[in-house]
Amino acid sequence: MSSLTDPNSLLTPIWLTLKLATCSTVLLLLIGTPAAWWLARSRARWKEAIAAVVALPLVLPPTVLGFYLLIALGPSGPGGWLAGLAGARTLAFSFFGIVIGSVIYSLPFVVQPIRNSFESFGDRPLEVAATLGATPWDAFWSVAVPLARPGFITGAVLGFAHTVGEFGVVLMIGGNIPGETKVLSIAVYELVETLRWTEAHLLAGGMLAFSFAVILSMMVLQKRTGSGGA
Amino acid sequence: MPNQDSIEAAFRGQLGAFRLDVEFAAPLRGITALFGPSGCGKTTILRCLAGLRRVPGRLSVSGQTWQDDASDIFLRPHQRSLGYVFQEPSLFQHLSVRDNLRYGWLRSSRAGAHPVVDFSEVVELMGLASLLDRSPSALSGGERQRVALARALLARPRLLLMDEPLAGLDQVAKEEILPYIETLHEKLAVPVLYVSHDLREVARLADSMIVLSAGRKVCEGSVQEILERLDLDPGDGEFEAGVILEARVSGHDAEFRMTRLDHHGQRIVIPGIDLAVGEYVRLRIRARDVALAVAKPSAISVRNILAGTVLDTAQDPDTAFAEVLVDVGGGKLRARITRDALQDLGLEAGSSVYALIKSISFDRPVIGRVAHDS
Repeated sequence: MSSLTDPNSLLTPIWLTLKLATCSTVLLLLIGTPAAWWLARSRARWKEAIAAVVALPLVLPPTVLGFYLLIALGPSGPGGWLAGLAGARTLAFSFFGIVIGSVIYSLPFVVQPIRNSFESFGDRPLEVAATLGATPWDAFWSVAVPLARPGFITGAVLGFAHTVGEFGVVLMIGGNIPGETKVLSIAVYELVETLRWTEAHLLAGGMLAFSFAVILSMMVLQKRTGSGGA
Repeated sequence: MPNQDSIEAAFRGQLGAFRLDVEFAAPLRGITALFGPSGCGKTTILRCLAGLRRVPGRLSVSGQTWQDDASDIFLRPHQRSLGYVFQEPSLFQHLSVRDNLRYGWLRSSRAGAHPVVDFSEVVELMGLASLLDRSPSALSGGERQRVALARALLARPRLLLMDEPLAGLDQVAKEEILPYIETLHEKLAVPVLYVSHDLREVARLADSMIVLSAGRKVCEGSVQEILERLDLDPGDGEFEAGVILEARVSGHDAEFRMTRLDHHGQRIVIPGIDLAVGEYVRLRIRARDVALAVAKPSAISVRNILAGTVLDTAQDPDTAFAEVLVDVGGGKLRARITRDALQDLGLEAGSSVYALIKSISFDRPVIGRVAHDS
């Protein structure tokens, strides 16, 4: 499978994109679930301020977000300090850097649907679980997560798809390094810039088909879990 | 030394505009009703007992402290051995009926719970065997509440809390569930605290009751005792005055579909019920269904004529009405008559009277079966 790492192959950016989206989705669920739980359950007055921060990437231009991330990940930011631990100078322009960027950029798409799901069933099922002897941790896994399944499916699919479709942030913090940061959307951009229309068509068409398939399957899944549940 | 066989509770706190200030001790046996009009704090008290809500106070159940703010003890709901049946059935939608039932069952087995409850026995008792593989969404309202009840029982609680479990159901579904609740504490010996604002339900099910109003306790005692008391103002109309009599089935009349009952030697006839001779029933007799006569009437359609003695009378000078408490040789009856009639008959404590009760006033919801252990 040398073609997956061959800088000139069309498969390289596809493989890299899938790898990025998978890593990001796993991290998004790990971070997004407790965040969504807290936002759904907490009675803190400032929780909406946190919710607004999480939602910021929805409105910020990707270049603005990318700019700040570039500073944060660069040699003089916390990212540089982190990179120093691993013997590198910066997290910018690396695969790890664009994973961090993607996670921040896609967070609202994952947190919002999961939070909505957690809020939709209210306190009652958790109270019932408690009176039946379930600890809060037990009740979270045995009741809250299964009841919020539609939200998790939507969140995971949106997070994955949104990462696949990301362009601006990756361009700002990742640049265009084949096999490291040159993801599919950037590859298309570069192909068009260099007038390699045939290959651009191939990648763009594949992207179109993929996006359609994702949205369609999500709608079908949503419908099925929706009618099977409540 | 806290009592081993009772719940001792005291809660005192401000909840928004509402002030809760109650203290009571309820026996840990049979069904105890928390009775009062809507908004009197019944549900809040039940949630405090479960630990779902924290109001300053203390609570001990059979000698075990569940809450004591003086020494900063507060057990979380899952640390308390209790079952809770909510007003709405609240089944887990993502689990089958069987898995709903097993939820508390598994967790209480892990905790090594004390009372022995047999899974299949409860399923049998609650008539759920044919529903086990269904999803909660495929059940009727009554079936769901039965599952919720069984689920709570299967958690092997020391105390079962029920928050108006019949309130959301129609009459048919209520009638379907009531017998299950009636047999439940008799067969499984789980003490129940039952919140209700429906006096008919309380009269039919409960052994003792605590009457609440505006976050305070008005009185507590056995259901019989409390319903006999004249000073309990009917007031808001939700509280329809009446008493409870217990009577033994002494025979059936198949032709006229009547059942004969014996109450300390006096005969009471009611529309036919399906209970064997020798079993005990509990009758709720509303004060307004009782008429009084000083001489024994004859040639009258009223079937029940009970000889008795007036114990007490009370007149309400602002209205046309008076209430009379009559001892009928065992139980007591309350009669609601006009002040005019009271005057006319010259009734006072000690007068001999005949209490007349039409048989048709014993409609189904006011009759309950009783387990008699005496």
